[in-house]
Amino acid sequence: MGIYLSFNKFTTVSNAEWVGLDNYKRAFNNGDFLNALWFTALFTAVSVVTVNVFAFLIAMALTRAIRGRNIFRTIFFMPNLIGGIVLGYIWNLIINGVLSYFGVDISFKASYGFWGLVLLTNWQLIGYMMVIYIAGIQNIPRDLSEAAEIDGATSGQILRHVTIPMVMPSVTICTFLTLTNSFKLFDQNLALTAGAPGRKTAMLALDIYNTFYGRAGWQGVGQAKAVIFFIIVALIAFAQLKITGSREVES
Amino acid sequence: MIMKKQTAAVLALAVSASLMTACGGDRGVSENGNGNGGNNGQSGTRTVRFLNFKPEIASVYDEISRTYEQETGNKLIVETAANNTYEQTLSAKMATSEAPVIFQVNGPRGYANWSGYCADLSDTEIYKHLTDKDSALVSGGKVYGIPYTIEGYGIIYNEEITDKYFDMADKASPLDSMDDVKSFAQLKTVVEDMQAKKDALGIKGVFAATSLKPGDDWRWHTHLANVPVYYEFEDSGTDLTENGVNEISFKYGENFKNIFDLYINNSTVDRKMLGSKITDESMAEFAMGECAMVQNGSWAWSQINGISGNKVTAENINFLPIYTGIEGEEKQGLCIGTENYLCINSQADADTQKAAADFLYWLYSSPSGKNYVTNKLGFIAPFDTFAANETPDDPLTREVLDWLDEKDVKNIPWSFTVFPSQTFKEDFGAALLQYAQGSADWADVEKKVVDSWKSESANLA
Repeated sequence: MGIYLSFNKFTTVSNAEWVGLDNYKRAFNNGDFLNALWFTALFTAVSVVTVNVFAFLIAMALTRAIRGRNIFRTIFFMPNLIGGIVLGYIWNLIINGVLSYFGVDISFKASYGFWGLVLLTNWQLIGYMMVIYIAGIQNIPRDLSEAAEIDGATSGQILRHVTIPMVMPSVTICTFLTLTNSFKLFDQNLALTAGAPGRKTAMLALDIYNTFYGRAGWQGVGQAKAVIFFIIVALIAFAQLKITGSREVES
Repeated sequence: MIMKKQTAAVLALAVSASLMTACGGDRGVSENGNGNGGNNGQSGTRTVRFLNFKPEIASVYDEISRTYEQETGNKLIVETAANNTYEQTLSAKMATSEAPVIFQVNGPRGYANWSGYCADLSDTEIYKHLTDKDSALVSGGKVYGIPYTIEGYGIIYNEEITDKYFDMADKASPLDSMDDVKSFAQLKTVVEDMQAKKDALGIKGVFAATSLKPGDDWRWHTHLANVPVYYEFEDSGTDLTENGVNEISFKYGENFKNIFDLYINNSTVDRKMLGSKITDESMAEFAMGECAMVQNGSWAWSQINGISGNKVTAENINFLPIYTGIEGEEKQGLCIGTENYLCINSQADADTQKAAADFLYWLYSSPSGKNYVTNKLGFIAPFDTFAANETPDDPLTREVLDWLDEKDVKNIPWSFTVFPSQTFKEDFGAALLQYAQGSADWADVEKKVVDSWKSESANLA
């Protein structure tokens, strides 16, 4: 139904008129879509790396025997329980509050919005990924790292050759989750920047929403964009599963 | 490990499934019938669904629907779209089985988008009572939209503060009150001098924040832009009822800049900080007496009055026309018009359409309906069922009526109903923000306006 509609011109879904590939042409001829695609790709790349690295580091720290680690885990996990829109508005206030010392706000430059989004996504997702990594790290049999220690491996070597290969399954899940979550980010984007300045920080999902609902006569184009979006997400997901899946090891 | 792989696969499935529903959610309805029209299956009572455009009066409509049900036994369900989301809400609702029967379009451009859903209203009672038949939305000799209120906007000022200024011994302006301000040059002198004396006047700035947050910038890219565009149309003799203005030259762009600079340079807020300001904040500043002037319209009184700690009294609130330095502007009045046209959904069944027309006639002709319209909704109703004394008594609407009565003043109609699209307005707003922040110069703004008008008009074709 959705794919069918992407070849139509319509106002509401019940009065569609066939226009062939026209919608797809208009989608690509429109700078907003390519800009959103590029912005989203960049954002996804940055946030997947940062979220996973930080989550892993925190998980490493919190699997050591330190006082109150359960409390820390809970606190780190909590941001995940707050909805995206609320988070977006809260961070909007925080970031604008900080930037006001410099006499600007988040709509001043597209890069402010970009790093604001990265920060927000990190803050929200790290806790969740951390829990998955903690589970993965705790599943590593102790004798493996002890054996390595007796063989004279440094802690760096243990990390590189024992811990990381053993948590590869968690890495698969975490990269998958962060990848798809960042790629289809919507509420945070809407609440934090709403595309300002001038739709430059609108990500794909927001751009599709704007096209579909915000532009008279462009519903079909919005639909076409949504189909492209869906295909991209599916492709990335499969490719990513294949790549990280092949690097998992049996314990 | 097989377990882990399965987990990942399940996750993949879940994500893609949720994506598919996200993409397909809106469409599910169309399979069970064409899904349009109010559902009034129950015998006896008739149900009318109405999608309201104005969030500020949503609660009044709740009262109206209760009264309407008591008086006629028919049901009225009013839903309200949140600020600036009317088109989105309408297109989402139209596809459901609970589609609104009464909805509104914002003029010729809006009608072009919804023409497939607008029923011919030529034979309705409400149209027969419309005072000015030319004000209806007409296409091909048929009537598709009926205006339900007249509104006006300009620069709202707080006379208490301006009087305080005019009483000052060292004022730079030779004038004695705001009533004498008849041109942009005079306004500029007053405003800049007031800004310099803001501490003595007890204000933070003359103008309330120029809200340029995307979605809250309509006071500039739509309302303020109306003034230069109107003069351009006047010069070129463009017929506004026609939906074919494909290009503008923005020849009065310099005048737009005049007033816009005045707004952003003499404000409560630094011009670089405007990108996160919203209209509500501006109105709150005005209501709290932190500024003396704000550009807004007659609908704003309820907002000003409703803010707790409001310091602006009804006697002190006045309108000033938006002067921009155009020749002959001493005779210029407020911007008065409407962008609110009621339409009836032609895809609803005949009985429901009739019920909708009956409701509208009830609202604008029965004693209780009229009472709501003038006293609670605050509309200046353009129908002959209203006597001359049946007008709202909120101060801003009174001001609009006064300006309408002024003999040698020419009020500016709302030309922005022919602005090509929402995207054009957003582009314009974004350009204004960049200009305010200093990352674009005025030539960029003008270029953006001209280019975007052209490309967006081409998109409509």
